[in-house]
Formats: sequence, C-alpha cells, structure tokens
Amino acid sequence: MKNADPRDELVEHLPALRAFAMSLTRNNSTADDMVQDTIVKAWTNIDKFDPGTNMRAWLFTILRNTYYSSRRKLKREVADVDGVFTAGLAEKPAHDGHLQMADFRKAFDTLPVEQREVLILVGASGFSYEEAAEMCGVAVGTVKSRANRGRARLTEILSLDDDGAMELTDSATMAVVANNGPGSL
Amino acid sequence: MTDKSSDKRAVQIDENLKRVYQEALQEELPDRFMDLLNQLKAKDSNTTEGGAE
Repeated sequence: MKNADPRDELVEHLPALRAFAMSLTRNNSTADDMVQDTIVKAWTNIDKFDPGTNMRAWLFTILRNTYYSSRRKLKREVADVDGVFTAGLAEKPAHDGHLQMADFRKAFDTLPVEQREVLILVGASGFSYEEAAEMCGVAVGTVKSRANRGRARLTEILSLDDDGAMELTDSATMAVVANNGPGSL
Repeated sequence: MTDKSSDKRAVQIDENLKRVYQEALQEELPDRFMDLLNQLKAKDSNTTEGGAE
C-alpha cells in the first residue's frame, strides 16, 4: 500500500502541534484556534507536502505562519494580550511541588516570541538548529543566537547559579532528556 | 570555566523546557480536532467526483 494518504498521519502530530501553539500564544483558546486553522490548511494543501520529509516540521511551519499573521490582527484588536494571559495564569491551581515549574513557565512567557519558538523547537522538541532555521526562515546562526539569548535571559530571571539552584530535575525529566536529547543533536 | 557553567545552565534550561513541553503534550486533546478531521474526511469523500473545492 504505497498510496497511503499522508493526511492520516496528521492526527499523530496534533499534541505536538498544540504544545507548540501554546508556547507561542501563551493562551489555550488562541492556541486551539491556531491548531484548527493549521489542520485545515494542511488538509487542503497536502499536495504541497513532500512525503518522506518531516511532517511535523511542515505542520509547525504552517502553524507559525498562521501565528504570525493572526498576531498582527490580534494586536490591533486586543491591546492587553499579556494582561489577559496573566490573569488566566493566576486562576490555574498550582500543582503540588510544581511551583518552581510555574515560575519557569512564567519566566519563559516573558521572552520575545522569536526566542520562545527556537527554544521550543531546539531545546524542547528535538529539532536540529538547521531544521529550526529552515522552519523559521532564518540563518542557522540566528537560531543559535536566539536560543542562547533566550537561555541567558531565563538564567537571569530565575537567578540560576552554577550549582543548579533550580532543582527541577526528577526521574521523569531525566527520562525525557535521555529519550530526546543526544540522538536529536 | 565560564563555558562550562553556561553549558550546565543551558542543559538545565533545556531540561525545564522539555518538561514544560511534555506537560503540554500530555494534555488531553479537545474533541474539536478529531471532529474537524472527520468533517474534512467526510467532505472529501462527498466531493471526490467533482474535485471542486
């Protein structure tokens, strides 16, 4: 069966797509709207997808294009996007033992979107700098410097010291790192 | 020395990024996405003959 429809594969990427959307928008309902738009665009433009290439990268690229064009519109309509988001954060119940994680997330959300996206692509979802550069339409060096600036800023906000004051690593995190880390570099 | 400690911090930051991302990945998907995919599929099978869209 070589004529498998690549669209059948879409569903597998939805959780990742949504996670990426949330890191860009910092707002669940906006993220979901973007995922919805991306699904429709991907579905109707599936002929532009080259089977054998990375579908996740393709979908992420569509999503980020969607994000940047909707952001321009949104900025005109909603003046205080960040304020709305902050209010949303405060309503969320804190998970036990995840206060520091909430701090991390809050700090992450203060970064410029250009830094957030490369950190998610490279730092969290295991794309190479080269892949991220292609997805963002910028040079590899730009991706690297955005990632470095983002990490430096997070370090500064969270006042990390050399001893690893932020003790967030637990076995689950280590497992994730072990699974996703070295192989993808 | 500086390189080493900033490497270490970068690793720490990335571990936390992965953790935030994993949490988002594990969130339950809203039904609307599966509904949408089913609608798109249904629409396609209805319009196959015409190919118009």
